[in-house]
Amino acid sequence: MSFLDVLYFIIPSAIYYAAPLIMTAIGGVFTERSGVVNIGLEGVMIIGAFSSIVFNLKYAATLGGWTPWVGLLVALAVGAVFSLILAVAAVSFRADQTVAGVALNLLGLAVAVFSIKMIYDKGQTDSISERFSRFDIPVLKDIPLLGKMFFTDVYGTSIFAIVVAFIAWFIIYKTPFGLRLRSVGEHPMAADTMGVNVTKMRYIAVMISGALGGIGGAIYAQAIAGNFSATTISGQGFMALAAMIFGKWHPLGALGAALFFGLAQSLSIAGASIPYVKDVPQVILLILPYVLTILALAGFIGKAKAPKASGTPYIKGKR
Amino acid sequence: MKKRKIGLALSALLASGTLLAACGSDKGDESKKSGSDKDKFSVAMVTDIGGIDDRSFNQSTWEGIEKFGEENGMKKGNGGFDYLQSASESDYNTNLNNLVRRNFDLVYAVGFNLHDATSEVAKQQKDAKFAIIDSVIEGQDNVASIMFRANEASYLAGAAAALQSKTGKIGFIGGVEGDIIGGFEAGFVAGAKAANPKVKIDIQYAGSFGDASKGQAIAKRMYDSGTDIIMHAAGGTGNGLFTEAKERKKKDAKADVWVIGVDRDQYDEGKVNDKTNITLTSVLKRVDTAAEKVSKDTKDGKFPGGKTITFGLKDKGVDLADDHGVFTDDTKKKIDEFKEKIISGDITVPEKPEK
Repeated sequence: MSFLDVLYFIIPSAIYYAAPLIMTAIGGVFTERSGVVNIGLEGVMIIGAFSSIVFNLKYAATLGGWTPWVGLLVALAVGAVFSLILAVAAVSFRADQTVAGVALNLLGLAVAVFSIKMIYDKGQTDSISERFSRFDIPVLKDIPLLGKMFFTDVYGTSIFAIVVAFIAWFIIYKTPFGLRLRSVGEHPMAADTMGVNVTKMRYIAVMISGALGGIGGAIYAQAIAGNFSATTISGQGFMALAAMIFGKWHPLGALGAALFFGLAQSLSIAGASIPYVKDVPQVILLILPYVLTILALAGFIGKAKAPKASGTPYIKGKR
Repeated sequence: MKKRKIGLALSALLASGTLLAACGSDKGDESKKSGSDKDKFSVAMVTDIGGIDDRSFNQSTWEGIEKFGEENGMKKGNGGFDYLQSASESDYNTNLNNLVRRNFDLVYAVGFNLHDATSEVAKQQKDAKFAIIDSVIEGQDNVASIMFRANEASYLAGAAAALQSKTGKIGFIGGVEGDIIGGFEAGFVAGAKAANPKVKIDIQYAGSFGDASKGQAIAKRMYDSGTDIIMHAAGGTGNGLFTEAKERKKKDAKADVWVIGVDRDQYDEGKVNDKTNITLTSVLKRVDTAAEKVSKDTKDGKFPGGKTITFGLKDKGVDLADDHGVFTDDTKKKIDEFKEKIISGDITVPEKPEK
């Protein structure tokens, strides 16, 4: 593989690997910015993947090519409803947010696998027939160099994820809603005094994260895995959580971090066909993404600072 | 104080409940034991955490047992055939013991994950008979070990890939390095080299059995570099390989991309549309055949205790799936030749990859 071939391989792979992570990580940004820690992203992703696959299998015949996109909408709704559990426990009942999040993870997997068993009477679903497919973007794909890196074999979902990252940035930093969201996460009492409804803001934020996390899971299931089993989502939710922290609780940061994970991953795969690098023991290449992540976290990004009120329930009138 | 007393009373109640329940089931078994006549044979299995419908080992073992049961007019349940599903690793011992207490004549433990549990329970229950699949327990007379020479079927798959390849480059994606997947790799490489000494083989391990996105990226790299046929032995990671191949075929109907599946016929996974399918063939492990055969032997009083029985091409324990008319006549002929030579012993297929 020449240097250019390596680039042609690494960049598209990194982007498609990152898409589900970007979605979920941005969901995480929304909740944490409002002051609720959401460890349950993994569970939300599982539920999203599960619901989209079930929907896809059932309606592929009637909806045809649009099925996966409608599947995303279904995952959005189911994810938002599912995350309500966290909102009720953590915001209304002031339960420990980490514990509630872990419960979401356990519950998500259990509900999904149990339902698959009930619906299909087997441990995993069949493969879906309508899935997200790659396409070339006309005109742009003919640009020398860049065309082959960014505009051939593109997944619609990847573009969607990147667009969502920018929309999220705009909402959080440029709108009154975003300002309220951040203030609730930094100093809920001050926000409350100024007339911001803390409970409502936090509910909305948790549901947004559920919606985005559900979409993230649905993208993974419908673009990459192609079916649903207990291991379809295994750790992607936690990777998204890491991407959010790595990205310093900023939507664009999370976007960058998710792309970085994808880059490290595809670099380790491409290593097998780059001269000299391929003589390196395979173990080294396998651990490369994780080592790079630790190095990046430890050395290059500086101190990661969480929103101040993240993880603490807001109790009215308490100092 | 009062609260604590209630707590104590509750826990005592719970404990007695469990004890009583245990008594109850024991008695039930006792009566059944005396009721069933002696020449009646019963068989059961304990799954690993994959469950009875994992489209893999557990499922095929169960299918073998079911078939055996139906042929012999047995019923599901005590005194017939049954299974217990393990929800976690701590269930293995309990489930094995449970089935022994229910007086099953032969108990299967499916998968190498159950190795330690089976060995331990077999030492305690000397009268019970066990058979473990895909793992070897030595020196215990009441345990039979069932192994598969997947390398032999992989040899045929490798040969088929080398013969069918137009670019002269084929690939292999493994899950996690180890003895079992190593066998697939060794057979695949040996078969490919035997069929075409010039063939180039690209081998990469994903380091996981459940990472479809990584599988897809590896497949993309291999296809990008001119590989046209890729075999996988990587479980869920292999789903990514199917995704990548299907995407390529969808974009360009003339693209020469093929996948070789594993463990069971993965033809359904390779469906692009009604007319096209990217599955070349699959390497089959016929656990069902093996489970059926060992059950039959045990019933006839020929329980292979303490021994390791390996199922290869000869006993149809492994095989190559139907190619659905993709192989050329030449390929078919050569594969049959290789098959005969392996069965007759003229070719010995390596079990471990060369390093």
